[in-house]
Amino acid sequence: MARAWVFGDDLDTDQMVPGRYAPFMVGQDKFHTYAFCDARPGFAKEVRPGDILVGGENFGCGSSREYAVAALKKLGVGAVVAKSFARIFFRNCINLGIPAIESADAIQIVGDGDDVTLDVAAGALRTPHGAATVRPLASFAQEILSAGGVIAYLRENGDFPRV
Amino acid sequence: MTRTLAEVILSRVSGRDVRAGDLVIVPVSRVMVHDSVIDAVMAGLRDLGRERVWDTSKVCVFVDHAAPAPTPVVADSHRVLREWVREQRIPTFYDAGEGVCHQIMVEEGYCEPGSVIVGSDSHSNSYGAVGAFGAGMGATDVAVALALGRTWLRVPESIKVDFTGRLRKGITMKDAIMRVVREIGTDGARYACVEFHGVGDLPQGDRITLAGMTTEMGAKAGIVVDTPEAPAWLRPDPDAHYLREVSIELSTLEPQIAVPPRVDQVVDVSVAIGQPVDIVFLGSCTNGRLVDMQQAARVLRGRRVAPHVRLEVVPSSRRQFELAMQDGTLQALSAAGAVIGSSGCGPCLGRTGGVLAAQEICLSTANRNYKGRMGSPDASIYIGSPYVAAVAALTGVIDDPRPYLEATDEEFDALVARRRGERPERGAASSRSGDRSRELVMASARSGPVAEIDD
Repeated sequence: MARAWVFGDDLDTDQMVPGRYAPFMVGQDKFHTYAFCDARPGFAKEVRPGDILVGGENFGCGSSREYAVAALKKLGVGAVVAKSFARIFFRNCINLGIPAIESADAIQIVGDGDDVTLDVAAGALRTPHGAATVRPLASFAQEILSAGGVIAYLRENGDFPRV
Repeated sequence: MTRTLAEVILSRVSGRDVRAGDLVIVPVSRVMVHDSVIDAVMAGLRDLGRERVWDTSKVCVFVDHAAPAPTPVVADSHRVLREWVREQRIPTFYDAGEGVCHQIMVEEGYCEPGSVIVGSDSHSNSYGAVGAFGAGMGATDVAVALALGRTWLRVPESIKVDFTGRLRKGITMKDAIMRVVREIGTDGARYACVEFHGVGDLPQGDRITLAGMTTEMGAKAGIVVDTPEAPAWLRPDPDAHYLREVSIELSTLEPQIAVPPRVDQVVDVSVAIGQPVDIVFLGSCTNGRLVDMQQAARVLRGRRVAPHVRLEVVPSSRRQFELAMQDGTLQALSAAGAVIGSSGCGPCLGRTGGVLAAQEICLSTANRNYKGRMGSPDASIYIGSPYVAAVAALTGVIDDPRPYLEATDEEFDALVARRRGERPERGAASSRSGDRSRELVMASARSGPVAEIDD
C-alpha cells in the first residue's frame, strides 16, 4: 500500500523544489527536504517510500531542473501518475528510474491521502473506491526503467535501447 | 513531401526518413552545460564510467545562472565547475559576467542551423533563432549526451505560427510571442515543435525572443523558418502537415502583459493599466539585448525612475553590455536610477541580483512569472516588453507605452505626473490587497479566454 498525493494541473518544477533551495544553493544533502515546501508544506517529512504522486495536465512543467525529480527519488516516491507530463520532467523521471505514467482518470478517481496500489502490468491504479486506468509505457522507456534508469541501462548495455 | 521543419531536420541528422511520433537516436552538434547542474552532470558521467566528454570542441560551458556567486555554497560549486572544465580541457568556457548561455550560444555562432543541440537549461529552445533544433534536457540527459555525443528524441508534431503584417511603434516581438502564448497556452505545444513563419528576416535578437519563449508553451523546440543563417535545404515542405496553425497579424497587436502567476494569463495592456509595481527587471535571454536596453532608454533618457521604484538592468551578454556602454544607453539608464548588473541571468530565477520580497510586485521583461520564481513565493511578477518595463519604472504603474513615445516633452511630463499620482504613496507591496490580479483576470475574462488564477 502506498499513499496518494494529489496535485492539480500545470504543477511546475518551481513548486517541487524552488530555485532558492536548489542543491546548488543549499547542498546535495538538503535540497530534497524542501520538496513542495511552498505548495504542500509538510510533504517532505510525511512522504513514505513507495508513495505515488497523482496530477492533472502538464505535470512538471517549467524549468528543466532535474533536482526536482532527484528530490522525489531521494524521498522514495514510487511513481508519478498524471493526465499528461511536461516533456523534460517525463524524461528526467525515466532517466532517474521513476515511472511517469499517464492516466486520463486518476485525477478524478484518486483522492488525496488514499491508499493506492499501482499495477502497471494490469494497467490499473487501485484505490479503496475504484481503479483508475493507466497507460502502458513505450518499450523504450520501460527498458530504461527496468534497469533502474538510463545510467544503469547504459552501463549494462553500452548504448540506448533500440528504437 | 509533407515534412515539417522538425521532420526535415531529424530525418537528415538521423539518416532515415522519420515522421512525428517516431523515436530517433541522433548525433548532437553541441552540448550546452550551465553552472547550476554541474554537480549532477559530473555525477552522471562518473556513474556512466566515462572520464572524458566525447568531443571537447563541441561542449560549451557557462557560469550564468547564479553569477557572480551569491553564497559560499554556490562559489564552491563554481570552483568545482572550473576545475572540471580545466581537467576536461574544454576550450569553450564562459565564466561569471560573460552573459546568459543562450545569448552567447547564438551570438557567438555555436548553433549550427539544422543540427540538434542539447542544453541543460529549459530555454535551450532559443537556438531555433538560427534554425537549430535546440532542446532543453535534465542533467542526466546532458551527461549521456556528453558521454555519447548522441541523444534520443521522439520526433515532435509541429505547430505553425504565421506572422503577417508589421509591428507598429511601441510594440515588440515580445508582445507578439506573448500573444502566441496567450493563444496556445502553457501546455498547448507540449512535446511539439513551434515553427515560426514570416519573421526569418527579423534581427537575431527578436528571433531569440520568439524561439526561447516556446519553452513556456511546453515545446520541445522552437524554430524560426527562413533565417539568413539557414542553408537552402533547411525549410519545411510547402504542404507540411501541422498539428495546429496560428496566425498573428502584427499590425493590430496591443502591448501584452502576463498576469501572475501564469505566463499564459496574458491580457492587453489596457486591462492592467494602473497596476502599481515596486521593482522593474529589464534583462534575461528573452529581453536583455542592446535593442531592449535602447527601447527602455528611449523612455527613460534624461528622466528618473519613480520614487520608491527600483529598476534593475542586466545585459544578456558582455557583447550586449559593451554595445550599450558604447552608444550611451547604459549611461542613460544609470542616470535614470537603474542598477546595472553584470551580464547573466540576474534575478530572473531568483538566485542572485534583486530578488523579490514578500508582497512585492515586479514588472519583468523575462519569461516566467511562477510563484516564487524571482524570490519570495508571496511576490508577484507581471511580464511585459522593454517599453512597458521602462514606463513602469518611470511611473510606478503599468501603462501603455505608446502615448509616451508620441508625446511632446510637456505631454510626456503630464502623463508621468498623472500615473505617479495614481500610485499608492507607500508602494505597491504596502497597498496590495492580494485581489488585484484576480480583478485584472476577471476583467480580461470578459474580453477573451484566460486561464483561471490558481493561488
